[in-house]
Amino acid sequence: MATGGLKEDEATRDRRIDAATGEYRVIAPGQTFRSVTEKITRIVLTPDTPLGWFALFGVGGALATMLMVALTWLFLIGTGIWGITQPAAWGFAIINFVWWIGIGHAGTLISAILLLFKQSWRNSINRFAEAMTIFAVVCAGLFPLIHLGRPWLGYWLLPYPSTMDVWPQFRSPLMWDVFAVSTYAIISVVFWYIGMVPDFGTMRDRAESKIAQYFYGLCSLGWRGSVRHWMRYETASLLLAGLATPLVLSVHTVISFDFAVAVLPGWHTTIFPPYFVAGAIYSGFAMVLTLAIPLRKFYHLEALVTERHIDNMGKVMLATGFIVAYGYGMEIFMAWYSASHWEAFMMWNRMFGPMGWAYLVLVTCNLAIPLTTLWSRKLRTSIGYMFFISIVVNTGMWFERFVIVVTSLYRDFLPSSWGTYRATKWDYMTYVGTLGLFMFLFLLFVRFLPMIPMSEIRTMLPGAKITAKTRAEAGD
Amino acid sequence: MPPREGTYGLLAEFDTPGDLIRAARQARLDGWRRLDCYTPYPVEEAAEAIGFHRNKVPLVTLVGGLIGLVAMFALETWVSVWAFPLNIGGRPTYSWPAFLVPAYEWTILFAGLSAAFGMLALNGLPALYHPLFNAPNFRNGATTDKFFLCLEALDPKFDLSKTKAYLENFKPVSVVEVEY
Repeated sequence: MATGGLKEDEATRDRRIDAATGEYRVIAPGQTFRSVTEKITRIVLTPDTPLGWFALFGVGGALATMLMVALTWLFLIGTGIWGITQPAAWGFAIINFVWWIGIGHAGTLISAILLLFKQSWRNSINRFAEAMTIFAVVCAGLFPLIHLGRPWLGYWLLPYPSTMDVWPQFRSPLMWDVFAVSTYAIISVVFWYIGMVPDFGTMRDRAESKIAQYFYGLCSLGWRGSVRHWMRYETASLLLAGLATPLVLSVHTVISFDFAVAVLPGWHTTIFPPYFVAGAIYSGFAMVLTLAIPLRKFYHLEALVTERHIDNMGKVMLATGFIVAYGYGMEIFMAWYSASHWEAFMMWNRMFGPMGWAYLVLVTCNLAIPLTTLWSRKLRTSIGYMFFISIVVNTGMWFERFVIVVTSLYRDFLPSSWGTYRATKWDYMTYVGTLGLFMFLFLLFVRFLPMIPMSEIRTMLPGAKITAKTRAEAGD
Repeated sequence: MPPREGTYGLLAEFDTPGDLIRAARQARLDGWRRLDCYTPYPVEEAAEAIGFHRNKVPLVTLVGGLIGLVAMFALETWVSVWAFPLNIGGRPTYSWPAFLVPAYEWTILFAGLSAAFGMLALNGLPALYHPLFNAPNFRNGATTDKFFLCLEALDPKFDLSKTKAYLENFKPVSVVEVEY
């Protein structure tokens, strides 16, 4: 009956809200150490892979294959198959590089910065946010390499004693990029893996097939949960978080230097580093939502990834969205305040020139839609709406990079050298292909690795509370 | 190393972290030194109870970070000033502000790797075999929802029957003997 259903719905809703704070609970009530462990390990250790997984895996695999086709043709012919030319010599490759790296940043923010701030609600989402970081960095790292022209000589970027007696030029931001992005990739993988070691121990002990026992046994490195190990582990996690925090801020700062160090109107501005970092986190949280919302539904994880998580991510997006808005505003202000003819023209051309539509998309998707509606708690806890917003912001942030890269380049100082930019089918295939590669890797992760950190969830359960009596006896 | 034989220790199983902490603290007060607790998530109070207060991971991380910083800055200086000096728009060959960026990244890289691998090394991991895995109830509980206290045979106070009775005092779920 309709009315009965409604009543029950209200009753379950009340259980999900914490009476003390009026907020949604971080973890739905009624979970125990064992139920949480069962829930998370069963997703991986089940012999029955859901059919939907295979369907999505097929789609991701097909798109990743398309990427391979596009790359093969690129390696055979060269970057001429792309839309890049003079004056717009940076196109999709750089746009996508910045977009993907930015997406990765939210994962590090969730795993590192929120850990330092003791935001324990992050525990449910931090593992797959970190996985998202790593796969996003994989996709991002691909673009500068294939943009090199002769990608098989990519190792020339590294300082090594070559027979040519040539060394890299350390005063270039492009060189800084090599170290920033490679460090980011390595530290993200290490942080992710170290975080999984205790969970691998759980998987090893719960696996029934021999292959799974060996596989997770090797991955767990023999973890046995000794408290001495745990204390060193906790120290190392905190230190890694403390190191990843300045790292993540530096990576997008260095990427913004790629632009800001150039003397080109539209690029040469000091607002770029903070504005890039905020934009990265903005788009990254959008991507976390894009992934988390279908995942919790598909794997019935509503008890662990609750409305509270969605709500909090909405708040972070609101805050970073306003920093981004400030960045846009400051760009426009400086175009006028600098009294530079070139700056003013660049801004006018960006908003009203032949590619003004891209600026309009950016303002609509990044400012008009999210920043007006995310104030409402009702909308922030509406799952469907948040999924919609996540797609909108991802689109908007892609266009932000498009606007920065293309509209600054295609009409520079001399009208005689003006041109335009039009992406080719190979550009689109490469971009969509990396989306497929990302999906492919992420689905493998969801199927074979514990996607929610069990040991961290356990610390938040009521069973983990140590009574005041025990504490008092300790005398500390 | 030849395989050891005999008893590794006695393993008491508890249902709650509170019971484990009480038992561990009492054992420590009674003079036990070769003992360890096993928990499915970090329980700081249990580490305090067995007298494990400090660890060397921060020191290892600091040393690693400094090595990274010095290594990269020295490499950049050597390359730009001596090995391959280039005139880029008349800027000095020793452009230290520019060198700070990669040096900063390597500080983080080396510190991070030192923290992770230093932690594993100090823990003696990877160690794929450990006698505790022989205990019948260990693997079902220690990584899921049970809390264990192990009094090891290497402790001079250890005596199989007396220690077993001693552990029974704490009202554990079970006490089992662990063999090598």
